Amino acid sequence: MSALTALTVAGARAGLAGRAFSARELVDAHIAAIEAERGLNAFVAETFDRARAGADAADARIAAGEARLLEGIPLAVKDLFCTRGVRSQACSKILSGFEPPYESTVTANLWAAGALMLGKTNMDEFAMGSANVTSAEGPVVNPWRREGDDKALVPGGSSGGSAAAVAARLCLGATGTDTGGSIRQPAAFCGIVGMKPTYGRCSRWGMIAFASSLDQAGPLTRTVEDAALMLQAMAGRDPKDSTSIDRPVPDYAASLTGDVRDLTIGVPAEYRMEGMPAEIEALWAEGVRWFREAGAKVVDVSLPLTRYALPTYYIVAPAEASSNLARYDGVRYGLRVDGDDPTEMYARTRAEGFGREVRRRILIGTYVLSAGYYDAYYLKAQKVRTLIARDFERAFESVDAVLTPTAPFAAFAIGEKMDDPIAMYLNDVFTVPASLAGLPAISVPAGLTGDGLPLGLHLIARPFDEPTLFRAAGVLESAAAFSQRPPAPGATP
Amino acid sequence: MSIDRDTVVRIARLSRIAMEEDALEPMAEELNGILAWVEQLGEVDTEGVEPMTGAIAATLPQRDDAAQAGTPTDDLLANAPEADDGFFVVPRVVE
Repeated sequence: MSALTALTVAGARAGLAGRAFSARELVDAHIAAIEAERGLNAFVAETFDRARAGADAADARIAAGEARLLEGIPLAVKDLFCTRGVRSQACSKILSGFEPPYESTVTANLWAAGALMLGKTNMDEFAMGSANVTSAEGPVVNPWRREGDDKALVPGGSSGGSAAAVAARLCLGATGTDTGGSIRQPAAFCGIVGMKPTYGRCSRWGMIAFASSLDQAGPLTRTVEDAALMLQAMAGRDPKDSTSIDRPVPDYAASLTGDVRDLTIGVPAEYRMEGMPAEIEALWAEGVRWFREAGAKVVDVSLPLTRYALPTYYIVAPAEASSNLARYDGVRYGLRVDGDDPTEMYARTRAEGFGREVRRRILIGTYVLSAGYYDAYYLKAQKVRTLIARDFERAFESVDAVLTPTAPFAAFAIGEKMDDPIAMYLNDVFTVPASLAGLPAISVPAGLTGDGLPLGLHLIARPFDEPTLFRAAGVLESAAAFSQRPPAPGATP
Repeated sequence: MSIDRDTVVRIARLSRIAMEEDALEPMAEELNGILAWVEQLGEVDTEGVEPMTGAIAATLPQRDDAAQAGTPTDDLLANAPEADDGFFVVPRVVE
């Protein structure tokens, strides 16, 4: 493994500033790593020439003393973000060949901060999935393996390509998007940090829409500090997204003081799920102990409606998806399958262009929004959502952050949990509540299962209190001292 | 409330998704499984509760009603499966 690919974003910044290596060397090291690990199927497009040219420009800026926040830092971008002139297909067949004539605000912000794009990463089709197995580009392989078992495991999803790429040291960080856990759950499965900001903290403009009231961009990185640095560049008000919030973006990295003596951490009993492995329960208890040792106060909190979050999500998200995905009709871009008339063309295009899980969710969404069922399903779910958000408001009267496991199990084999959609949906049981309430949350790698797979702990904070979230996550990270790495590059198929 | 074959036909038509005859029954079964599971929401008392429409309370911002640079026609048509003379080409609608 090249020393340059083992760096953090913060370490690479320091090395570039100190001229220990050039941005071009940094980029070339990552390109070599990606080429050696194509078997992971983490990337669906490679933009190496562009990254090399950008690196040369970054080196010139660094030499001129004009380095910006992420100058010369090589990143990967989830295929859900529109990137000008580079395929942006949300890993769906229906967007075959689509190269946007515009750039998403979040990626434009990253490039304006000097970051470089190595390529686009694989993902579940339209971000609908928790194992990266619904991608039209095939599954992503998790760089981790169970001890003594060669079976290929899922990286989680939907940001599975981004998570696998960061874990396998193919990039220093990657963008993801999180609708119900799509950043945090794959981060936990791959042993890295994944952070979902408050709804409205990042612009959604140029992100291919799944469920607009839930979708939010965020970073996947190997350290909490790196997540803070990346979010710093990604966040901010955007006139092109009316739900992006006009609030100053604080210096997130500066909030990592390591001091949590003034914080109260809440532990919700309702996240104790039946059938959850004892080692996840034990890790959670360890997390409590770490915070106590660091001087934080840890108390019980109650979030009584937790068990209703997942069914609420599986009404709200498909409803919004059925509306958002109505735009794919084969007329102006992407796949077109001809028919005898326009209606038949739409129906054939959509039948062939959307995969099974996406079709299923569009049908569910159409049903719960249709006349006669709207009140019973959609309106009911929106009311329960209000109550779930109130649960958190009440909890945050007495605590500063809530600590839970990120997912109820570790990474599983490709092909498992495929027969029953609800078994797959359970991946997000602990991440969905914060999504419904729009709250910032982060997954930090905290330990290993008995057979050597990473597990994450999850923190949730008040709206726009990312500084407290990062501060608490930083302490968790130090205490956990998670330094394990997946097998060396080339060891994977 | 349960979904039968005819309901799948109806929502597939509303969704503009063509479905093979032999896929209708299995889809009805899958959708029923999911709906039976979400129906546990009926246990929650939501009397007098307002539906949530946005995750974060915020007033919609306003901007000046001024013209902004549009997207060039060539850019818009660059991804079209079929285009001609500045227009998208679609199947004939009127004979």
